[in-house]
Parts: sequence; structure tokens; C-alpha cells
Amino acid sequence: MENLKVRAKNLSLFYGDNPALKNISLDIPEKRVSALIGPSGCGKSTFLRTLNRMNDLIDNVRIEGEVLVDGINIYDRNIDVVNLRKKIGMIFQKSNPFAKSVYDNIAFGPRINGITKKSQLDEIVEYSLRQAAIWDEVKGRLHNSALSLSGGQQQRLCIARTLAVNPEIILMDEPASALDPISTSKIEELIHELKQKYTIVIVTHNMQQAARTSDYTAFFYIGELVEVNRTEIIFSNPSKKQTEDYISGRFG
Amino acid sequence: MLSRKGRGDKSGDSQVSFAGEKFRFSDWFAERFIKTVAFMSIAFVALIFIFVFREAFPVFRMDVKQKIGSVDLVQEKYGEEEVTPATANPVSGSAIKVSKPSSTLLSNIWMPVSDNPRYGLIPLFFGTLKVTIIALLFAAPIAILAAIYTSMFAKPWIREIIKPAIELLAGFPSVVIGFFALMVLATVFQDIFGYASRLNSFVGGFAMSLAAIPVIYTITEDALTAVPKTYIEASLGLGASRRQTAFNVVLPAAVPGIFAAVILGLGRIFGETMIALMATGNAALTSINPFESVRTLSATIGAEMAEVVFGDTHYSVLFLIGSLLFIFTFALNAISEFYFKNLVIRKYQSKK
Repeated sequence: MENLKVRAKNLSLFYGDNPALKNISLDIPEKRVSALIGPSGCGKSTFLRTLNRMNDLIDNVRIEGEVLVDGINIYDRNIDVVNLRKKIGMIFQKSNPFAKSVYDNIAFGPRINGITKKSQLDEIVEYSLRQAAIWDEVKGRLHNSALSLSGGQQQRLCIARTLAVNPEIILMDEPASALDPISTSKIEELIHELKQKYTIVIVTHNMQQAARTSDYTAFFYIGELVEVNRTEIIFSNPSKKQTEDYISGRFG
Repeated sequence: MLSRKGRGDKSGDSQVSFAGEKFRFSDWFAERFIKTVAFMSIAFVALIFIFVFREAFPVFRMDVKQKIGSVDLVQEKYGEEEVTPATANPVSGSAIKVSKPSSTLLSNIWMPVSDNPRYGLIPLFFGTLKVTIIALLFAAPIAILAAIYTSMFAKPWIREIIKPAIELLAGFPSVVIGFFALMVLATVFQDIFGYASRLNSFVGGFAMSLAAIPVIYTITEDALTAVPKTYIEASLGLGASRRQTAFNVVLPAAVPGIFAAVILGLGRIFGETMIALMATGNAALTSINPFESVRTLSATIGAEMAEVVFGDTHYSVLFLIGSLLFIFTFALNAISEFYFKNLVIRKYQSKK
């Protein structure tokens, strides 16, 4: 039996009056990769963003149900969202490094947490970049602009930036959808490495990617969770017709 | 319905020929008309430019004919300074002394209407600079903080109230602001600070900041909201608070735009005439005390142009001041337009 890190219970989300998520209950095991798949607009990204309360930024969103992280409901009134997000990092579809140097991008998180000592920052920067498997590529140009890196490097830089805050869970919203195959495979290798230490939830459009990288796969369709199981079972022997149709490419 | 049907049938049968350009008068006319109007507005600016410079130019060639005949002149005092015999030669009697008025331009005294006129621009420059600095010290922080608040912190409905309210202030006639400063602010500040001259650079500068705040606010707000939303998400996703995100991520990214905003606000203050005329006291002094009266460049033109003798040296000097103002505001706008805007564009478009 897996140790459950995140448990969504009867979670519903509305944009105004339109339901985007309908009564979702999903458990995410610790130190595993869970993939969320489904056609566009099915709510998988929305679900991902409920896990670190990124949807708070959007006006007119209403959420029902609860999300337990380590047994604590993150939608409780006395939850500190800032500290929650330190614990739950997020990687976005489009890499979004700040228009600063590589070093300052990584050091941003530690700095806002009050770490100012140069030696300590240097250590964190190197450690994070090594973990994100990009150290060898950028160690010579730590003080160049992060925007001068290639797209794939920028995305790995963003992962390193997230790791620098020392999160427990990493949410990835289609992290490789804008990248070429070589960069994509690097990100996938990285995901494989990272799951030793972190709980990873990844949204992807690419079913091969879900099959390659994840331990568990959840299939979403129009705001509902259709099926969730071990990845090899979802891809070899799905129990629902809709899942089978989607993974065999009959729709979506 | 019938006629439409008939038309449809017809066009279905006949073939449309696109060989050879068809002359469409309305298109041709509209294009020419718009072009003419556009070029006219450019031409107007150029003509004003030429006119102002042409009127100013004689200052540098003009020899002023000064009558030094009267004996009273020698005894006459201008403030502290006594007219020295070197400039007013009593011996020559009714002789005519010829001196270059342009040589007094860099002097410390603005006294255009006297028997011994001096056109020192230094106190006017000094006054303008002083008022501008005071106004900017008020306007820039207030406007920038207001913009940060509305773009980063305010709830949507609060923003919907504050933003138009501040922008409405831009439409305030400056004479109204000047009147307010003259009647209300001057008294209030005098009660608070207890200074001697009721109208001074502090009152004027404060009133001008009211005129500059909407300019700086609007452009700063635009610059802040133009910062990519992905930056904000990245920062919040890393566990930064809203305040940390606003000051460590959004503000630095918007710095070029904010600079442009401040420079445009500077231009607004620099050229502001009516408030200066009504609230600064209009005494051409060079004191660094903010509670002393000053006379600004634009207020000088506003006050004296109506009284001046056409074609006189004084007249030309006022136009010289006008051309200087023209050059400064032009330079400021050019800097903000080309330099800073390019900087913003380069920053975000370099590599994705």
C-alpha cells in the first residue's frame, strides 16, 4: 500500500456558474509520478492548479470539497498559502524564467526566504542545478541572462528554481509540450530521477509520455475523473470504454 | 427578397475580372484625405518650431539702443545692486550706448522691463528646476505606489473605482488646480510651516504634482500590467508573498516603463504654465529654500508675452525661452519614447 501524499475529496470547482471539475476524488501517492491525461478542456490543468491554490489568482472561482496534503485540508481558512506553495512547487507549460541571470533565478526562492549569505546561496544554486541535470551546461555562464538559454534549458532551469525552495511535491503542467524531442527526453529522465525524492504530478497531452514517465495515470473527461489506476493497467487493460477510446486515439 | 435573389443569380453567372486595377474614387479620396490631415499635423508642429525659433533668433544679433541720457539713472537702484558707472556712463550725456542684450542672458538677474534691462535666464532655470524637483518628489512616489497598489493588490472592484478616478484628474484644467493652490493650499501650508511668502515653490510644486500624478500613474500602471503574468505565477509558485512578488519581480521588470512614465511626468511639470503662474509667487529668486518664491520659464512667457513690445529684445528673449522649453520637452519625450520603450521590448522579446 502506497503512502498517500495528496488526497482530493469530492472536489468541485466552478468558474462563475460553470462547473470545471465535478466531484473529483483522487489520491496521489508519495514519491511516485502521477500523470493526469485527457482531452483539452477536461479540467486536468485546473485540477493541478487546485493542488497549490494557483486558482486563487483567478477571479470568480468557487471551490467545494477538500484537498488534503499530509492530512491537512489546504482549503481551510487558516492555511497560509505562501507556505503551502513553498511546499508544493509548480512547473508551467511555457518556461518562465525571470529576466535575470541564471544564478539570480535560482537564488530568488532562497532569497525571499531570508537566505542572504553568499556561500549558502552558491551551494543551493549548484545543488539545484545539479539535481535538474543542467549544471554542466550552465556552470560557465551563471551570470548570463536566463533568457539566453535554449527552451529546454530554460525549462530545466525552472525546475531547478523550484527545487531550490526544497518542495515536497512538484506539479508539472505539460512541462515538455513546447520542447523538441531531445529536450523532452531530458525532462523525462529528470522526472525519473526526481521521483526518488519528490512526489510528482504531471499533466500531459502526450500519452506516450504518460506511459513512459508515470506510475499512476488518471484519465479526466469533461471535468470528471473517469478512471485512475497503475499506468500499465490503464494503458493495457482500461476498465472504462471512454479511457480505451482515448488512449487508442479514437477521440480527443 | 426578390431583387436580392435576382442579384445573386446574376453574379453567379457573370465572371468577375480581376485583371487591371479598378479605380475606386471613395477609396482614393479617403486615403488622400487621411494622408493630408496626418501630414498637416506634422507640418503644424514643424511650423510652430520654425516660428518660435525665428522669433528667438534676433536676440543673438540684436544691438540694443539704450538711452543713457537721464541723470536719474545713475542714482537709481535695482534692488541691492547699484548701477555702476561702467554700464551707465553719465559723462556721455545724451549719447547712445550700444550693448549686446545677449550678453546678459547668463546673468543672475531677470529684469526685462527697466531702463537697463537684463535678461538673465539663470534664476528662471533655477526656479523651474526647483519647482520640478519638488513636484516630482511628491508625484513620482505617490503615483508609482498607487499604480503598484491597483495593479497588484487591489480587488477588481476597487481598481475599477481608483483607476478612472486618478485618470480623471488628468482632465482637470490646470487653472482649477492653480486656483485651488492659490486659495486653499497656500493658506494650509502657511499655517503648517509658517513661512513668510505665501506663494512659493513648495506650494507650486505640490500643486503641479497633482497635474503630474495621473500621467505618471497611467503609464506606470500600463508598465506594471504589461509584465508577463507567467512571472507573477512563477514567483507565487515559489512561495513568494504578494508583496515580495510585487517588489522583487514585477517592479524590477517594469523599471524601464516606470522611467518613461516619470520622464513624461517631468515634461508635464516642466511645461506647466498656469499653476506656476498662480501658485509660485513669480519672483525670480535663486534661493534653495523651498518656501521662497520662484519664477519659472513657462510662467515668465505666460506673464510677460501679452505686455511686451513686438519685435523688442524682450520679445525675442521670451521666444528664446519658448524654444528652450520646446527643446527640453521634445528631448524628454524622445528619450522616453525611443530609449525606454525599446528597452522594454528588448527585455521581453529577446529569445521567446
